[in-house]
Amino acid sequence: MQTDDLIALMAADARKPVTPFPVTRRIGLAAFIGAIASLVILVLWLGVRDMAAASALPSYWMKTLYTSALAGAGFLVTERLCRPGAKPTNGLAAMTAVFTLMLGAAVFQLMSTSEEGIGDALLGSTWNSCPWRIAALATPGLFFCLLSMRRLAPTRPAFAGASAGLFVGGIAATVYGLYCTETSAAFTLIWYTCGIALCAAVGAVAGWRLLRW
Amino acid sequence: MVRGLAGDDAAHAELLSRMSIYLRRYFARKLSSSDADVEDLVQETLLAIHLRRETWDHKEPFTPWAYAIARYKLIDQFRRRRIRRAEPIEAAEGLFSTDADDTAARLDVERLLSGIPDRQRQVLRDVRIEGLSTRDAARKAGMSESAAKVSVHRSLRALMRRVRDAN
Repeated sequence: MQTDDLIALMAADARKPVTPFPVTRRIGLAAFIGAIASLVILVLWLGVRDMAAASALPSYWMKTLYTSALAGAGFLVTERLCRPGAKPTNGLAAMTAVFTLMLGAAVFQLMSTSEEGIGDALLGSTWNSCPWRIAALATPGLFFCLLSMRRLAPTRPAFAGASAGLFVGGIAATVYGLYCTETSAAFTLIWYTCGIALCAAVGAVAGWRLLRW
Repeated sequence: MVRGLAGDDAAHAELLSRMSIYLRRYFARKLSSSDADVEDLVQETLLAIHLRRETWDHKEPFTPWAYAIARYKLIDQFRRRRIRRAEPIEAAEGLFSTDADDTAARLDVERLLSGIPDRQRQVLRDVRIEGLSTRDAARKAGMSESAAKVSVHRSLRALMRRVRDAN
């Protein structure tokens, strides 16, 4: 069969129109399923803190805002990287901006912290479990997200995998905020970011393996 | 492309055949090797353009998108070659075989199609060679029209998978 035959077959296949927002729909749906899965895991595994009290605390909203903003930036980058020839400039700029703002907030808060309080602000009481828990919560989301991206066309598989990891890591960290009672900005900056970066690293390796086409 | 995405098959065919000319020229310039390699890459890229057409953003120009896919396929080809070249030279019998490995690596659509279930292949043949519409081909094979469309689509996806596995 020659190229012309192949073209005729593909034309016959084109009679069904493509649905609108295909990339957003695929990645978004995968991440949504992943978020539900991490919520279920969180409730069964660690439980949820007293949300009525938490939602009155600025520290809760600070953490939620930071992690969901990172997830949003991760989504923008991922969406671009699934399209050949598209540049993820906006998403990367948003990511840098979010990180820099959080860095500013953390430094500002540390400067007004007393000397003996610094250690507590940096390490809290859960620093050694926080990143691992975030990564564990992100696993289902990462799996579904990479699976959906196999239908798309990432020309840089490791980079696309890393950004998908960052996206689902941000969501998982937001979900983890429903449990975690740490209050310091520095803690969030260091350990939450560490957990999300861990997801990005796993995503990069998995993407490099799985996103070839 | 816009009309092709909306389901206009004639426009889609025209786009693909125009692309095949550009792609053939592009790959011929980049590769010094045989025509068969060029044609394989053209077919692989067309298949990718078709099956991944939803990743083209309407707000962006079409050419850079298609070019990025062609480039990806070209680099992929180079990587495969390097791997193949790095393989140890097997015993001398390899010298006398009629380049079996080489043909195995090719995207031979006809051979690939032979692995597809009979009913699907029949629909493909009717649509292409007999020039029937999907509806008539479907009636002939005793399927509904939507089943025939799904069948064509599945066959193309199967082709894509085979290309990947062959590599």
